Amino acid sequence: MIFPALFFYLFAGICVASAVMVIASRNPVHSVLFLILAFVNASGLFILMGAEFLAMLLIVVYVGAVAVLFLFVIMMLDVDFAQLRAGFLEYLPFGLLIGAIFLAELLLVAGGWAINPNIATTITSPIPTGVSNTQALGLVLYTKYIHYFQLSSLVLLVAMIGAIVLTLRHKASVKRQDINVQNARTPALAMEVRKVAVGQGLQDADAGEWVK
Amino acid sequence: MAEFFSSPLWTGTLWPALIMIAQSLLLLVVLLIAIAYILLADRKIWAAVQIRRGPNVVGPFGLLQSFADLLKFVLKEPVIPSSANKGVFLLAPLVSCVLALAAWAVIPVNLNWVIADINVGVLYIFAISSLSIYGIIMAGWSSNSKYPFMAALRSAAQMVSYEVSIGFVIITVLLCAGSLNLTQIIAAQDTKLGLFGWYWLPLFPMFVVFYVSALAETNRPPFDLVEAESELVAGFMTEYGSTPYLLFMLGEYVAITTMCALATILFLGGWLSPIPFAPFTWVPGVIWFVLKTFFMFFLIAMAKAIVPRYRYDQLMRLGWKVFLPLSLAMVIIVAAVLQFGGLAPQ
Repeated sequence: MIFPALFFYLFAGICVASAVMVIASRNPVHSVLFLILAFVNASGLFILMGAEFLAMLLIVVYVGAVAVLFLFVIMMLDVDFAQLRAGFLEYLPFGLLIGAIFLAELLLVAGGWAINPNIATTITSPIPTGVSNTQALGLVLYTKYIHYFQLSSLVLLVAMIGAIVLTLRHKASVKRQDINVQNARTPALAMEVRKVAVGQGLQDADAGEWVK
Repeated sequence: MAEFFSSPLWTGTLWPALIMIAQSLLLLVVLLIAIAYILLADRKIWAAVQIRRGPNVVGPFGLLQSFADLLKFVLKEPVIPSSANKGVFLLAPLVSCVLALAAWAVIPVNLNWVIADINVGVLYIFAISSLSIYGIIMAGWSSNSKYPFMAALRSAAQMVSYEVSIGFVIITVLLCAGSLNLTQIIAAQDTKLGLFGWYWLPLFPMFVVFYVSALAETNRPPFDLVEAESELVAGFMTEYGSTPYLLFMLGEYVAITTMCALATILFLGGWLSPIPFAPFTWVPGVIWFVLKTFFMFFLIAMAKAIVPRYRYDQLMRLGWKVFLPLSLAMVIIVAAVLQFGGLAPQ
């Protein structure tokens, strides 16, 4: 088939090009937009491999939620480019070190087939034939790896509680609105009707008492 | 030439690709014409509630109004603010329009009438609708102006919040249907009961949550805080005019129609006939599909006419403190009933 190959080169090409643009573009917002483009193309590659469930999750989670937060933060921050560039040489050795480690790891992964030709058969959970991708994932995730699954959800729960604890503040000066209290108010509670004689006015007007 | 047409390159690759392109174009054209009339219907319904006539000058009963608007927008001069980020400014309306249209690739309007019958159809639509937020954020940021930016931030928070509850609503339906494929979800609703076998009845609370969340997700009134004209001029589209504005408008209405179609598929049995015997089952499924989708759109249009706009903090409260716990509880209840009642799909 021609099309899978064509689409592979399309997705892979755009993915690599936009990954380069993430670090090359001058505007940080453009960087994030290129990062999103890279994510979308990576999910296209997943689809070509037959992992359609992972592809959709990649878009929903990374592009739909995580990258939105990235974009938020970067739009709000006023990034100073001169300051960013100032430390470039200082960080260069460290960056080169990380780059070298990455390169070595990638070479090991790619060279796995050359080092051990039987590596494909040692995969712990090969995809069973005859069921869809989503089903296969569910069958493994909720039976064999259920404890890891629950542990990872606990990690997320801890992170969520931590974020709430860090940001939740009750200020005395802020009036909080309680919808139930508001809905429970009746005319009898909220106002007082008085008959005022002509020319008399309210004799015992005490505004503070009945305004609740 | 003759051997080219019998070669595997032509029969196996190019000819199916051509057919797919032709089908996509056909769907696109039909969809865009339908959107023109959906837009008109929106204005007409709104006018009727307010005892006005609505657009009635262009064509009989104003039927050509949307096409006149199209011409007007296209012939106007596009203005790009000098301080705007030009590339992103022009990309934003394209993103929102193209993404909205892309969702229709997986929507089955009749049995096997679908461009791509993929296994993860629901997730695909969910992913596309979570992407539609980028059109708004990009427009708000690139306009380099206060009101669009505030509207963009606001709407991003709003859409992310309601996506969560939409996700849980979809999960309850998936639990009942046992598939992520849209065609199979409709097939699972095909029972002897007709109208009463569809998921709107057993999952009625979720149907309501889905309807309200769809309003919020597509930025329709009463949740149209994105373009709250009383506070934010025109929201994220303040700096837009002519064709880019038209694309935003088109994207918005296509997204609304997609949500209506999704509600039809998940809760109203898609192309199935409401009354499951002879004269009604002869009607082509696509007609039922269109009628149901239009019924959902009518509900959404009536909400615009009847309900006043929400305050922003109340909108957030509704999303996070009411819909999220409710839909989460329903996921657990539905799963428990299916599991212990022996109703779970195999």
